[in-house]
Amino acid sequence: MALRGNLRDFTITQLLNLINLARKTGTLVVDGPGEQAFVSFREGKLAYARVGKDDGSLAAVLHRANKLTVNQYRAIVERAGRINDKELGLLLINAGYLTQEEILANLQTYFTEAIRRLFTWVEGFFRFENEMLPPDDRINVRLDLENIIIEGSRQLREWEQLQDEIPSLDMALKFTDRPLKNVNLSVEEWRVVSYINPKNTMKQIAQTNKMNDLEVRRIVYGLLQAGLVEIVRPEGMVIPQSPKMFPTQDKEEQKSLVNKLIGRIRSL
Amino acid sequence: MQTVKMVVTGPFSAGKTEFIQSVSEIDVVSTERKISSAAERAVKESTTVAMDFGRITVNDDLVLYLFGTPGQKRFDFMWEILSEGMLGFIVMVDSTRPETFREARSILETFRAYAPTPYVVAANKQDMEDAWDLEDMRHALRLDGKVKLLPCIATDKEKVKSILVELLYSVLGELK
Repeated sequence: MALRGNLRDFTITQLLNLINLARKTGTLVVDGPGEQAFVSFREGKLAYARVGKDDGSLAAVLHRANKLTVNQYRAIVERAGRINDKELGLLLINAGYLTQEEILANLQTYFTEAIRRLFTWVEGFFRFENEMLPPDDRINVRLDLENIIIEGSRQLREWEQLQDEIPSLDMALKFTDRPLKNVNLSVEEWRVVSYINPKNTMKQIAQTNKMNDLEVRRIVYGLLQAGLVEIVRPEGMVIPQSPKMFPTQDKEEQKSLVNKLIGRIRSL
Repeated sequence: MQTVKMVVTGPFSAGKTEFIQSVSEIDVVSTERKISSAAERAVKESTTVAMDFGRITVNDDLVLYLFGTPGQKRFDFMWEILSEGMLGFIVMVDSTRPETFREARSILETFRAYAPTPYVVAANKQDMEDAWDLEDMRHALRLDGKVKLLPCIATDKEKVKSILVELLYSVLGELK
């Protein structure tokens, strides 16, 4: 039977565990919140991963890891656009620019990061394609899944706790009366703090700062615990009043109805 | 016949069913089932799995329905359905079980995100010796000073009435 289902019923961690134990070869395709991920395995080991619009090419990975400057990256894409990652890797090694170990280490970090992103996906559909092998033009790695699974379980627990604390990122934040003095904040925390305003939802703050749901929740949770901010409904956000709320849309009749309810309850 | 509804929510065993029972003119239509989890059974024998349903008739033309939500997280798919079109909601919190405060906060935030309706927080079991003080609960629940945190005894009809009336005053306040 095809390995497919919903992340609500079967988490990424459980999937990785199954792939690891069954020593599966193929590609796990996950349709997550607004983006798609492709994670390939060979005999239960991670070979390749790509999430969303990231193309996962060697040049892009090395550029992200600050191993290539923007100009170098552009030059490679323009001049060497037709060569595949394996050929590009050989060129870089032969030119003495990077060692084979460095290239593999950067790819491993990138693929692991991609899987970390998947751990925050709790909604979505997955399917395992036995026939879909890791792309030939990309450099594959052979990474044991055990450590990734352990980290994922840890992250899932954290995610569940943070989800309990901050269920909706569609709410906004505002500062409490407590002054923001003598507080040691990290760069990431400052980035969030600088956008705190009852008009900005937490989702918008995350998008602006290029943070995922877990990262923004983690920071907001710290600020909430310290009593520096509170969650508020976004200012100016028009949530249409449900027409079912009152049997009438006339304000005066609504008031009269509520007064009748108050009178009745008092008389009980 | 005009109908309006209010929702009573809160963590597992906060006293939602008792709250509705205290004022409902009909026997509460309850969907309680025996608890299978040993840890939860230590708290109570049965729990609401779909909803509780109570009724207060105002006159021939107007009826107030009270819906109690299931407290356990695994039944949270019912929450949004029950919150549709509510006048307001009451978050019940067991003042003697601080281990449930975090969940109460989470439920409160979830309901706040569903609808822009008024709400009050009822600190239940305030007659118990080990009940937390309201001010301590306000801090623990991270409630803004403007949010009504009211002492409650879910089995005491007068207390329940006063909480419903406070919520209705908040609804009235929103209409002005």
